[in-house]
Amino acid sequence: MQLLNTLLIGITAGSIYSLMAIAFVLVWRSTRVVNFAQAGMALLSTYFGYEAVSRLGSFWIALPVAMIGGALFAALVELVLMRLLVKHASSGPIAGVAPIIATLGLLGVIRSVISMIWGGQDLRIVAPISNNGFTINGSTLVFSPLKLLVLVVVVVLLILLSILFQKTNLGLALRASAHAPEIARLSGVRVDSVRTLGWALAGAAGAVAGLFQTVNGNGNFSPDSIDFSLLLVSGFIAAVIGGLDSLLGAVLGGLFLGISISFVLMYISSGLFFIAPFVILLIVLFVRPQGIIGVKAGRRA
Amino acid sequence: MHKSKKQSTHLPLFILGGIVLVILSGIVDELRVYQGATIAVYVIAISSIILLTGYSGQVSLGHGALMAVGAYAAAVLRAEFNVPIILCFIAAVLAAAVGGTLLGAAAARLSGPYLAGTTLALAIGLPSLANQFPILGGEQGLAFDVGFPPLALGEDFTQYKWYFWIAALAALISMWSVRNILNSAYGRSWRAGRGNEVAAQLAGINTARSKVLAFTISAGIAGLAGALLAMTIGTVSPSAFPLALSFSLLTGAVLSGISTLGGVIIGSVVLVAIPEIADVVAHRLGSSESVTTNLPGLIVSGLLILTVLFVPNGPVEQHRARKAKHEAAHNSTKK
Amino acid sequence: MSLNVSNLTVHHGAICAVNQVSLAVPTGTLAAIIGANGAGKTTLLRALSGLNKPTSGVVNWMGQTITAEKPEKLVRMGISHVSEGKSVIPELTVRENLELGAIWRKDGKEMKESLDQVVTIFPRLGERITQRSDTLSGGERQMLAIGRAIMSKPKLLLLDEPSLGLAPLVVEQIFQTIRDLTTQMRLTVVLVEQNAMGALKIADLGIVLNLGKVVAVDHAQVLIQDPAVRAAYLGY
Ligand SMILES: Nc1ncnc2c1ncn2[C@@H]1O[C@H](COP(=O)(O)OP(=O)(O)OP(=O)(O)O)[C@@H](O)[C@H]1O
Ligand SMILES: [Mg+2]
Repeated sequence: MQLLNTLLIGITAGSIYSLMAIAFVLVWRSTRVVNFAQAGMALLSTYFGYEAVSRLGSFWIALPVAMIGGALFAALVELVLMRLLVKHASSGPIAGVAPIIATLGLLGVIRSVISMIWGGQDLRIVAPISNNGFTINGSTLVFSPLKLLVLVVVVVLLILLSILFQKTNLGLALRASAHAPEIARLSGVRVDSVRTLGWALAGAAGAVAGLFQTVNGNGNFSPDSIDFSLLLVSGFIAAVIGGLDSLLGAVLGGLFLGISISFVLMYISSGLFFIAPFVILLIVLFVRPQGIIGVKAGRRA
Repeated sequence: MHKSKKQSTHLPLFILGGIVLVILSGIVDELRVYQGATIAVYVIAISSIILLTGYSGQVSLGHGALMAVGAYAAAVLRAEFNVPIILCFIAAVLAAAVGGTLLGAAAARLSGPYLAGTTLALAIGLPSLANQFPILGGEQGLAFDVGFPPLALGEDFTQYKWYFWIAALAALISMWSVRNILNSAYGRSWRAGRGNEVAAQLAGINTARSKVLAFTISAGIAGLAGALLAMTIGTVSPSAFPLALSFSLLTGAVLSGISTLGGVIIGSVVLVAIPEIADVVAHRLGSSESVTTNLPGLIVSGLLILTVLFVPNGPVEQHRARKAKHEAAHNSTKK
Repeated sequence: MSLNVSNLTVHHGAICAVNQVSLAVPTGTLAAIIGANGAGKTTLLRALSGLNKPTSGVVNWMGQTITAEKPEKLVRMGISHVSEGKSVIPELTVRENLELGAIWRKDGKEMKESLDQVVTIFPRLGERITQRSDTLSGGERQMLAIGRAIMSKPKLLLLDEPSLGLAPLVVEQIFQTIRDLTTQMRLTVVLVEQNAMGALKIADLGIVLNLGKVVAVDHAQVLIQDPAVRAAYLGY
C-alpha cells in the first residue's frame, strides 16, 4: 500500500514536472536558450489565475486565463528580449552566457514586479475538488481526487500537444524550424513567428504547471515561494534527463524525477527534499550524459 | 619594455591601494566604513565569478552556495574549537575549494546552460542541508565572531573599522593573486579554452583539467568572501546565502565587465549603492511599502538585463572598443 | 527574361564572395554555373533565394525587384532553393519533408496533388514515404530534397551541387531528372555544379564563375568546346 502511495504521489508530482520540462524543451527547440525565467513566468501566470478565480469564482475559468496570459507574456518576452539579445549580445566573451544571464535577470524582474503589485504575502488558490485521499478497504491513500484530476488534465494536455506536433501543419512548421531553420525558411515557414509561437506554447505549459504545483501543494503561493524555485529546478532537470530536445523525453524525464524524489523522501529521508533533485541530476549526468532519449550533440552544445 | 610590464606583479600598486584605503577609513563616517567592508567582500566574490565565467567561460549560479561552504567552515571552527581567526579564513578558502573541485569535476563535462542549471540546483539545494546537521545550527545558524580589534590600534578604533581593515586586506590580497593567476600560463590556457576548446586541445592544453582548476580557485576565493560576509553580519545561516546572492554576484560581474578584472570595483560599488539609491527613489516618489522593499531587487535584475543587452562586455571593454574604433578611424583619415 | 541579376555583390564580413555579377536566364532555360571551390557559387545562389543579403546590386524576377527579400516570401513567388549538402531534415519522415515544401499553400488538395506528382517522378520516395529520412541513401536524400522543392510548385528552381557525394550512375539519373523537369514543367533552373561536364551536358546556358566574377557566359554546348574552359574545368 505504501509502495502504491509513493508511486502515485511521484507520478502526480512528476506529471507537473513534465509540463515544466516541456516548457523548457519548447523554448530550447525554438531559440536554443534555456529559459531560467520559466518559473517566474509560471508564477506570473499563477497570479493571473488567482485574479481570475477571485473575480470569476471558478478554477475552470482560471486555468485557460492563466494559460492565455502566460502564453501572451512569453510571446512578448521572445519578441522583445530575445530578439534584442540576438542583435546586441552575440559576440565577445559574454556571447555564450548572455542568454542565461538575460533570462535570470528577467526572473528577478518578474519576481520584483509581482511583489510590488500583489505584495509579498501568501495568497491562496483553493483547489476545485477535494485533496483528501481515496479510501480503499478502510485505509486512506494519499492519492486524492485532486491528484487524479491533475493527472488527467496533464495527460489530456500532453495528448493535445502531441496531436498539434504530429498531425498539424503548424506542428510540422514547429518541428522543422527546431531542427533545420534554414530549410524551414526555404520551404516558406516564417521561422521568426514560429519561434514566438514556441515561446507562447511554453508559457501556456508553464502556466498549467504553476497552477497545479500550487493547488497540489497547500494552495498557498507568494513571490518568494520555494515551490517555484523547486519547479524551476525540477523542470530543468526533467528536461535534461529527457535530452532537452525531445518532448517525449521531457515527459519521461518528469515522471522519472517525480517518482525518484517520491521514493527518496519516503524511504530515505524527507529532509532531502531540496538536495535530492540535484543529486539525481548529477547521477544522470554521469551515468547517461545523453539523456534518456539520446541526443547526438550532447551536453556541450 | 612591454614584456617587462607584463611580467611585473604590480605589487607596489596594491600596497599603495592599501595605504589609501587605511587613510580613507580614518576620514569617512561609520556607515561608509561598514559599506566599505561590504564592497570589499563583493570585490572578492565578484572577482571569483570573473575568473570563472569571464576567463574560463563557465557559468556558475552556485557561488552563493560555495560562499556558504566557506562561511560555515570558518564559523564551525571558530565556534566549536575557537581556532584563531586567520586560520578560520584559510579554512574557509580550503573548504570551498574542495567543494569547488567536486563541482568543477562535474562541470567539466558540461557546458553553458547545463552547467548553469546544475549549479542552480545546487544553490537551491545546499543551504537547506544546514538543517540536516545539528552542528550547523539550523535556521538560526551559527554566530561568527572575529573578536574585538587589537588594543594596539587605539581605544576608539571601532568594530566596523576592524571589519573593514580585515575585508580590505583580504580583497587586496585576493585581487593581487587573481590578477597574477590570470596573467599566468593558467590564465592563458583558460582564455584559449574559452575561445575554442578543440583548438586549445590541439595546442596541447588539457582543457578538462584546466577548467576544474578554474573552478577550484574560483570556489576558494568565493569561500573567503563567504567567511568575510559572515563576519560583517556576525552570523552564518542559510538565509544569508539565498539564490538572490548568486544572482547579485552575477549582476556585479556583468556590470564590471565579465572579462575585465579591473572593472570589479564598479560592480561592487553599484551592488552596495543600489539599496540606497532605491531608497531615495522610492521616497521621492512617495511609493508604497511593497514598492520600496522590492525596488532594489528590480533595479539589480533590470540592470542585469540592460547591461547584457547594451553594454554586453562591460563598460571598460566597451570604452576600450570605442576608443580603438575611434583611433582606427582617425588613423585612416590621416592616411 | 525571367531572372535578371545586375551587378550583384555579396560579402561575408570582409570577404567579397560575389563581385559585380550580372546574368540573365530566360524562362524555361536550364543555366549551369560552374567554377572552382570557393568561386562564390553557393553564395550567389543563397543571395538569389534570400538566405544571404547582398551588399549591392539588383535581382529581378519576372519583372519584380526581389533583392534582399526573405526566403519565406520568395518561395511564395515561385523560387525554390535546394541548398548545398543533402537539404532534408533527418528528424522528419519522407512524407513530412515533402509536406514541408507545400506547407505555405494552405490548400490540402493541392498538397495531395503535388505529393502524387513527386512520387510519380521519384517512385523510390513513394516506397519509403513513412520512413524517417535519415534512413535514406545519399541519392534518395537528394531526390527528397528536390522533391521538397517541387512541392512548392516552383517556377524558378535553384539547385546547389545535387551531384555532391553521389555515385556516377546516380549522378547521371539525377541530372537526367533535372533536365526532364525543366522541359516538362517549363521551369527556369539555375544549377550550380562542381561536376562541370555533367552539368554543361544537360544545360542550355553555361556560366563560369571565378573568384566571385563571371568570366564566361555562353551556350552550354559552346562552352563545352571552349579550350580554356576545357582546360580549367573539364580536365582535358
Ligand atoms: N559563412 C561564411 N563566412 C565567411 N566566409 C564565407 C562564408 N561562406 C562562404 N565564404 C567564403 O566565400 C567564398 C565563396 O564561397 P562559396 O561557398 O560561395 O563558394 P563555392 O563556389 O560554393 O565553393 P564550393 O564549390 O566549394 O561549394 C569563399 O572564399 C568562402 O571561404
Ligand atoms: Mg558551394
